[in-house]
Amino acid sequence: MKLNLDFGVVLERWPAFLDGAVMTLQLAVIATLLGAAIGAVGAVCRRSRNRLAAGISDIYVETIRNTPLLVQIFLVYFGLASMGLKFSAFTVAAVALTINVGAYTTEIMRAGFDSIPRGQIEAAEGLALSRLQIYWHVVLWPAVERVYPALTSQFVLLMLASSVTSQISAEELTAVANYIQSDTYRAFETYILVAIAYIALSLIMRTGFWALGLVLFPRRRRLGTPL
Amino acid sequence: MPTQEPIVALRGVHKSFGALKVLDGVDFEVQRGNVLVIIGRSGSGKSTALRCIDRFETIDQGEIVVCGHRVHDPRLNLRALRQDIGIVFQSYNLFPHLTLEENIILAPCSVKGVSKKQAREQARLALAQVGLEDKLHQYPEQLSGGQQQRGAIARSLAMQPKVMLFDEVTSALDPELTGEVLKVIEALAADGMTMVMVTHEMGFARSIADTVVFMHRGKVHETGPASILSAPATPELAQFVGAGF
Amino acid sequence: MGGSLNANHLMFLGQGALWTIGLSLIALIGGGLAGAVIALCRVSPSRFVRLLSGAYVQLIQGTPLLVIMFLTYFGLPTLGFSVSPLAAASASLTVYVGAYLGEIWRGCIQSVPRQQWEAAEGLALSRTQRMIKVILPQAVRIATPPTVGFMVQIIKNTSLASVVGFVELARSGQIINNSLFEPLLIYAIIAVIYFALCFPISRLSRKLEQRGGPARPKILAV
Repeated sequence: MKLNLDFGVVLERWPAFLDGAVMTLQLAVIATLLGAAIGAVGAVCRRSRNRLAAGISDIYVETIRNTPLLVQIFLVYFGLASMGLKFSAFTVAAVALTINVGAYTTEIMRAGFDSIPRGQIEAAEGLALSRLQIYWHVVLWPAVERVYPALTSQFVLLMLASSVTSQISAEELTAVANYIQSDTYRAFETYILVAIAYIALSLIMRTGFWALGLVLFPRRRRLGTPL
Repeated sequence: MPTQEPIVALRGVHKSFGALKVLDGVDFEVQRGNVLVIIGRSGSGKSTALRCIDRFETIDQGEIVVCGHRVHDPRLNLRALRQDIGIVFQSYNLFPHLTLEENIILAPCSVKGVSKKQAREQARLALAQVGLEDKLHQYPEQLSGGQQQRGAIARSLAMQPKVMLFDEVTSALDPELTGEVLKVIEALAADGMTMVMVTHEMGFARSIADTVVFMHRGKVHETGPASILSAPATPELAQFVGAGF
Repeated sequence: MGGSLNANHLMFLGQGALWTIGLSLIALIGGGLAGAVIALCRVSPSRFVRLLSGAYVQLIQGTPLLVIMFLTYFGLPTLGFSVSPLAAASASLTVYVGAYLGEIWRGCIQSVPRQQWEAAEGLALSRTQRMIKVILPQAVRIATPPTVGFMVQIIKNTSLASVVGFVELARSGQIINNSLFEPLLIYAIIAVIYFALCFPISRLSRKLEQRGGPARPKILAV
């Protein structure tokens, strides 16, 4: 048998790939930002003395962590539709990914909060800082700094997982690949190129997070402690 | 007789952790500009007494009044109280992600609304007071334990408290580093700062205390001027001093 | 089928769930074997082997599982290999799980204290003997909680086999939904079944982690 590869016909479609890659990145960025916010709040709830808040946060995290993203996406998709809400596939995808990554971020942030020694909070209380000020200056930022590697890995995984939203026809990279391969009958070449594109996106995100880390955590930059 | 209201006053303070009675009717007062040193074995309740003053522990019974704040009152304005009190802990508790300067200006800027420029100036002065003016832009992990503890003192001073609390501030330090911290505290006392401290350094207590409070089993067992350390009236204090603490 | 949800539908979902378990076991065994090879390659004395296995891990961890599925199921036939959905899903999961387990296990091998290697060397054991008799038994103990935790990821990831038409739990739900069109109800049932499969394993892994004392490198997942 002979291998008959033709990347040319597929590469011709690069503008469509680019559009798909841009949407993948958009999904990743939106879900990362919103998911980080949910994670910060969720982690506070999970550690709070209010049992209702802690319970809700706990159920949220366990539900998401123990069910597949694919099923979550379908539930959001049909759930919104059954409420009579019409959204674009992109919006549904962004909502589902946010809900998903929010749960993992909650778990990571909780570990970060747990790593802040009690004495740090007492010192801040002794300086008359308000609860919100303590949370912001003394708990949140040091905690984020500590779990930054785990957080950023999670966000890269999220970007890769956004490929699953092709199943509800969000026009991201994998969906683009699906229709290009059915147009060109060059499935192998198409998916190889798409895999390379995802690897490139992962590298871009990792580099971006590394640079962001230098900006966010001047101590790490100054002392050269690896992030 | 004191001619003015004491800065810190504890009257009949009781405190239990579960079934364990930690403070069993504690009374003492500190006048403006005075230094009160609390000594006693571990478990005698001395650290708890100190922490009650800053309301890190709530009391079960009794009264605590600090600079006019009724600390035992549930309606206490906690943040107003803590603006008047500076507290320094055994484990320094500098914020590791902030430089020394950022550590110091954080509270003045966010609590008192001092401008950044003015807060920096205060930080510089406070650091000069503890002999660290050259460490302004260092992070805590770049400093020795003694330097970190002096930095923590400067951080408290920058809030211009009316009274300073020191909770075994040299216990975590290597012996060769305790001297530099004690010297800073001595200078503060000489400047007229009102202070309450818990310490194991008997020689230091003898030299700096206006009043010594010896706590034993949750009670003030013996109290008086520093001279009681040389001439204890009770066998417990005699034994405690004799044990070479 | 057709009409409203009945016992036949539930039987069909049950069958799907069994295939989810079956595929998960295939992925665990296949991926476990691949992962063991990767982990050993990653700590190999040969720089070339280390680089090669490292590149493999980086490439797979930079690619979505879905794309790997499509590549094997749609891509290989265009090259003249025909593959069944089961074969495509098994191969994809093996490749994917191998990279992740390999990386987890490498971390576990390397977290065996340095002195253990030196002590074993001092006893004049060969490299292979050191590995088998001293290091691996300790690494296996360290690796147990994260590996159990990763099994949850495997189960969830088998849902992606539905996109290449393999009838596991998610796909059987889609099929039922095509005749009933009760998507919310059906996907809720499916979610509950996945939860019932995954949650006990999550709990077990957390319990093992706590018993293991100090925190191990955390596994990430979606």
